[in-house]
Amino acid sequence: MTQAVESLAARRHVLDLDDFSRSEIEAVLDNAAAMKEVLQRDIRKVPALRGKSIVTLFLEASTRTRVSFEQAGKILSADVINVTGGGSSTEKGESLYNTALTLQAMNADVIVIRHPHSGAPHYLARHLAPSIINAGDGCHAHPTQALLDLYTIREKLGRIDGVTVAIVGDILYSRVARSNLWGLTKMGANVVLCAPPTLLPPDFIDGARMDETHPFASVRIETKVELALEGADVVLALRIQKERQKAGHLPSLREYSRMYGITSSRLEEASPGALVMHPGPMNEGVEIDPEVAHGARSVIEDQVTNGVAVRMALLYGLPSPARAGR
Amino acid sequence: MSYPRPILIKGGRIVDPSQRRDERGDLLVRNGAIEGIHPDITPPDGARIIDAGSLVVCPGFIDLHCHLREPGFEYKETIATGTRAAARGGFTTLCAMPNTDPVMDSRAVVDFVRRRAREEGAVRVLPIGAVTAGSKGMALAEMAELAEAGAVGFSDDGRPVADANVMRQALSYASGLGLPIINHCEVPELAAGGVMNEGWVATRLGLKAVPRSAEEAMAARDVALAETTGGRLHVAHASTAGTVEMVRRAKARGLEVTCEVTPHHLTLTEEAVLGRGSGGYEPLSVSAYDTNAKVAPPLRSHRDVEAMVEGLRDGAVDLIATDHAPHGRTEKLCTFDDAANGISVLETALGSLMSLVHGGAVTLPALVEKLTAAPARFLSLDLGALRPGSPADVTVFDPGAEWVVDPTAFASKGQNTPLAGEALKGRVAATIAAGEVVYDGRSAA
Repeated sequence: MTQAVESLAARRHVLDLDDFSRSEIEAVLDNAAAMKEVLQRDIRKVPALRGKSIVTLFLEASTRTRVSFEQAGKILSADVINVTGGGSSTEKGESLYNTALTLQAMNADVIVIRHPHSGAPHYLARHLAPSIINAGDGCHAHPTQALLDLYTIREKLGRIDGVTVAIVGDILYSRVARSNLWGLTKMGANVVLCAPPTLLPPDFIDGARMDETHPFASVRIETKVELALEGADVVLALRIQKERQKAGHLPSLREYSRMYGITSSRLEEASPGALVMHPGPMNEGVEIDPEVAHGARSVIEDQVTNGVAVRMALLYGLPSPARAGR
Repeated sequence: MSYPRPILIKGGRIVDPSQRRDERGDLLVRNGAIEGIHPDITPPDGARIIDAGSLVVCPGFIDLHCHLREPGFEYKETIATGTRAAARGGFTTLCAMPNTDPVMDSRAVVDFVRRRAREEGAVRVLPIGAVTAGSKGMALAEMAELAEAGAVGFSDDGRPVADANVMRQALSYASGLGLPIINHCEVPELAAGGVMNEGWVATRLGLKAVPRSAEEAMAARDVALAETTGGRLHVAHASTAGTVEMVRRAKARGLEVTCEVTPHHLTLTEEAVLGRGSGGYEPLSVSAYDTNAKVAPPLRSHRDVEAMVEGLRDGAVDLIATDHAPHGRTEKLCTFDDAANGISVLETALGSLMSLVHGGAVTLPALVEKLTAAPARFLSLDLGALRPGSPADVTVFDPGAEWVVDPTAFASKGQNTPLAGEALKGRVAATIAAGEVVYDGRSAA
């Protein structure tokens, strides 16, 4: 706790990792290490955010992320208010605006938002005074998940620079993949994306303006999982949702599992000691074999613990208005 | 009917592409008609004089595609506000799309719109009837009666005529009336849930996308059906290079296939959705996900925009239409997924289109042609020309006037434009519709 750096002094919102510098990410990870020490104490409470209000506004089902933010806020002594709501309807937009105005009027210092629509956090940031933290928006971004993934990789492998990370699964719809792309490439990792062609964005990497200055210039795309895993230091499996089969992206979950599921035998293609990660919740037996999910290489439970530490680091580090007052 | 005093427009650059006229001179309007054009006309007694020394004088613009929202959606726009917005934009004729409530699929609604336009409209309004009852895409609307009532064409715009057999019958039936079917080409299954163009911006933003093939597949189907039936097909708001190429080839084969393109599809790309200050792969700003850039069909890529402009030049694109689609404030004050499709265009059309002239992509007479003579020809009406005896619909504009778009100053109720705060070069100075000055911005500016 004592060596925590005030690293986010210039930052008001956490909307994605696209606007984080490498040194800013490193500072968050350093702070998270300090926070993790707090998590291991007997009395897990520090007064850093006493008298501050954090609202978690979750308009899409989530347990893990919401609880993680709630715990992070409470350990830092903030008042945490949880607001949840149903899915999306065409009325939702206006009610989101009104809900947000209400939260602002109640002097929320930080609003943590999860929303099924991409860009909902940007929308709040455009119209409201409080700091906005994106806890997952549609298919766009999930920056705190990416930060905890980075933290976990650094913690386990000692570095991120030069590490090869294979992200396997529903790349087309994945906010985890998008935020990790920003975070991993900024930190110098080699990224390989792998999915059947129907779950790869048609114009992600090889866009018309693709050249060596493109932030994702080094990213590799594979449609065969064996090639993607070859030499990987980290294998990050993404959740495959049943809706993808209904929408015709996949013949069946069974076929996906056979062709892309992360199994022990496929893991042999990866580097010795490669980490297995998953943002959860898992479909065991679909994108990941239970034996792998709970095996020696799995760091999936570490990811959950590290998520709290990383979110504490962000809540602590955001200068205004959460900590400094208005 | 009594007309106000004569109007003499002095010394302007008179551009009338219908007669290949582009020369300086004076234009006199009297009793609702154009009386004459001469190098120097002595002002008649009591004439109102518009000094057009540095201005362009051309036929009033004709918009084949706009949404006036009345009846049913008066909170978005009314015939009164929409036609005033038209006057400010230099438009003297508007074709009103039938996606009102009730849908313009009966004589009663057509009569209502025409009556409101007579009573409250600042400019001429021509109704477009629905293709199918309720625009539901199933049974044909009573098109012959709609034509009798004054419909100038048929469209279910906002929705495609998705059923191929319904489209075939519509093209065939309307051919007997000599009127076009104007289709919003978009295969529903390919567009389902999509909110912007499929491409790197959609990927970057995590937004569900509409591929170009959604438009092209239906346009291709419709070209084939036009050939089968001999009907007149007009592709509304063409937005992709492939669609324009298809129309070009259909014309070459002698089919009655035409298309229009909007000012926004000629001047903006999908990157408008990124908002201000976040071009390319720069970090997104809080103005990303600009709902005012959400429109159907979506704004496309640079390559498509170039193909649209090429189509203007070589004639594959027949005319420019605005697809003016005003919305209420809350319909854009929401997430991108929840936002309504559409842009309020009438008051910015000329300013954005003039960027094509200033940039050397098209000549000024060619641009004016696509806004005047071309739509007049499409409608087979004696409009869009400055001939002695024709209705005095005249637009006077300053091609070099710079101004900044302020939607709160629009006459339209729809303030939904992605151009808010943008500087445009080219502004309407005055608009004369049926012999009356319906807009005079020279004092206001």
